[in-house]
Amino acid sequence: MSQALLKIKNLKTSFRIKDDYYAAVDDVSLTVNKNEVLAIVGESGCGKSALAFSIMGLHNRAKIEGNILFKGKDLANASPTEWSKIRGKEMGMIFQDPLTALNPLMIIGDQIGEAIYLHNKNISKEQRKLKVIDLLEKVGIPHPERVYDQFPHELSGGMRQRVVIATAIANQPELLIADEPTTALDVTIQSQILDLMKQLKEDMDAGIIMITHDLGVVAEMADRVAVMYAGQIVEIADVYTLFENPQHPYTRSLLNSVPNNKEASSKLHVIQGIVPSLQFLPRKGCRFSARIPWIDVSAHEENPQLHEIEPGHFVRCSCYKHFHFPEEEVQ
Amino acid sequence: MSILKVKDLKVHFPIKGGIFGRTVDYVKAVDGVSFSIEKGMTYGLVGESGSGKTTTGRAIIGLNKITSGNVLFEGKDITSYRRAKADYYKDVQMIFQDPYSSLNPRKRVLDIVAEPLRNFEKLSRQEEKKRVQELLELVGLSPESILKYPHQFSGGQRQRIGIARAIALKPKLIIADEPVSALDVSVQAQVLNFMQDIQKELDLTYLFISHDLGVIRHMCNRIGIMYKGRYVEEGTTEDIFNNPQHIYTKRLVAAIPDIDPNKRKEHAKFRQEVQREYEQSFNDYFDENGLAYDLQSISDTHLVALPKKG
Ligand SMILES: Nc1ncnc2c1ncn2[C@@H]1O[C@H](COP(=O)(O)OP(=O)(O)OP(=O)(O)O)[C@@H](O)[C@H]1O
Ligand SMILES: Nc1ncnc2c1ncn2[C@@H]1O[C@H](COP(=O)(O)OP(=O)(O)OP(=O)(O)O)[C@@H](O)[C@H]1O
Ligand SMILES: [Mg+2]
Ligand SMILES: [Mg+2]
Repeated sequence: MSQALLKIKNLKTSFRIKDDYYAAVDDVSLTVNKNEVLAIVGESGCGKSALAFSIMGLHNRAKIEGNILFKGKDLANASPTEWSKIRGKEMGMIFQDPLTALNPLMIIGDQIGEAIYLHNKNISKEQRKLKVIDLLEKVGIPHPERVYDQFPHELSGGMRQRVVIATAIANQPELLIADEPTTALDVTIQSQILDLMKQLKEDMDAGIIMITHDLGVVAEMADRVAVMYAGQIVEIADVYTLFENPQHPYTRSLLNSVPNNKEASSKLHVIQGIVPSLQFLPRKGCRFSARIPWIDVSAHEENPQLHEIEPGHFVRCSCYKHFHFPEEEVQ
Repeated sequence: MSILKVKDLKVHFPIKGGIFGRTVDYVKAVDGVSFSIEKGMTYGLVGESGSGKTTTGRAIIGLNKITSGNVLFEGKDITSYRRAKADYYKDVQMIFQDPYSSLNPRKRVLDIVAEPLRNFEKLSRQEEKKRVQELLELVGLSPESILKYPHQFSGGQRQRIGIARAIALKPKLIIADEPVSALDVSVQAQVLNFMQDIQKELDLTYLFISHDLGVIRHMCNRIGIMYKGRYVEEGTTEDIFNNPQHIYTKRLVAAIPDIDPNKRKEHAKFRQEVQREYEQSFNDYFDENGLAYDLQSISDTHLVALPKKG
């Protein structure tokens, strides 16, 4: 039996723009079990990082509504002391932007060392250094002894990202939130990092939220996949179902945009239109409808809900039943 | 004619140490790289993290000091002729890897995108605003974005602002350092299609740096594979993907994730086999310092770093 590690109920994260609040995460509910990788995919700006920051309690200026339960405890009520125990120990986060996650004035060894020390004050300096070097080695950094003494700006983009990964897994978290953890990495290092995360999941029974736009990574890693569009989940299913039987028009379009080896240099599928900025997001009706204007308006629900179309497979709005690509024949 | 020719490029960074901060050693970030790019082509630079791709790009555009070697643009050696440089800075633009730190957080999008225009073209405010809005539209951002600041955009949106800025002056060569790796696939598709469109329209040449081999395969005519500051293999897209010769290239191609979750096990097995071969034959492919040998031609188009025979 899988056990819920994280349960999010009706989460709404809103940013203030001028005098109003606009929801970047709009009524998201999901569960992450122990020993499970939940992948979150979705268009740039759809609210994936905002969701991750909300879970970690790192949004100080946003308005957060709904419930986030971690191991049964509502994090909204956690005190700062409790948070300091959770963050970096029970929950680790790999930030999308490795530069802002690193202190430019501190050597790499001290940054990771501090993360270890914060949650284990008994460890000696020597042990700490050994542990840091071991971590750097684990994330595939060559010459870890040298890198230990270097500053962030002296490292390549991918090396910085691996330092952030090493920091996030330093204390073997129970929940790891990885926001585009391998985007700056080459494929060989990527597969090494993915193996490391699989190991964390299996050995420690950890739950992992993997935010990525690389559908290859999703196919290799995920147990379940949640697809987000404009702040909402539009489809959620186990990984096999999602790739074999995608239903939501957005999911289908997404799978169609991946560069395909066979038709190199031909045009890639592009989703029409642009993502509206937060203030101009349609809040009524099917949010994806403007991107598929050739589908009749009557195909959409007035107030689109998630429907369980087979066990564990949820799809928002009824438009999936009527969807076809513009170039396809209409029956 | 080749628009860009890089000859035996070396970029070494000093490592300081000791109490006097003296140079104790060098990081040989780029150590003897040569290639040339034909006009209108897309040349892919691939290699593991830290192999020197960004440093190569930055050295070409003049942001990293060249230790030795030459860079020729349209036949002119820009490493030594200062006079050639003013045009060069207009003709060669770079899209940066990190969409976060490459945009000034205190500037509005209008000012960020207009900056190169202000340096090189005299436009009225109205004209400038119109041009910037056109550029933003080209990269799929709404016109009202001009008055916003970078932090108000998602990572992907910020990368598109960087692209808008890079194409503002209609350059001849664009060095695109991981231009789409921060983007989700649908926006990525849009940017890649768009880069191909403007390539034809503006007769652009690309030096395309990426670790995403799917994207490289889709975009590039010719590919160079780097490892620790040196080339291990160079060839046409065909050569590299269908006939990889160096064990490092083979390992790279094997590590590309498969888009079919049902093939997970099978693919993992194949990857492990190649990994084993890589470990066993490492010494046949790399010298005693673990570095790549000099390139040897094995066909008209295909070069591989192999030890000299005999
Ligand atoms: N501090 C903020 N203030 C105002 N708007 C914000 C803020 N942070 C994010 N947003 C907006 O909220 C939306 C969601 O942003 P978020 O960073 O979560 O996107 P994302 O899905 O992580 O995108 P990407 O894949 O590009 O990283 C976007 O429209 C973004 O512009
Ligand atoms: N300013 C610098 N000072 C010292 N060393 C540097 C500097 N810039 C880069 N390096 C080193 O040069 C090497 C190559 O770095 P570079 O950024 O070119 O790699 P890359 O191939 O672009 O990697 P990635 O895919 O991770 O971006 C690395 O070992 C890096 O640490
Ligand atoms: Mg994000
Ligand atoms: Mg780089």
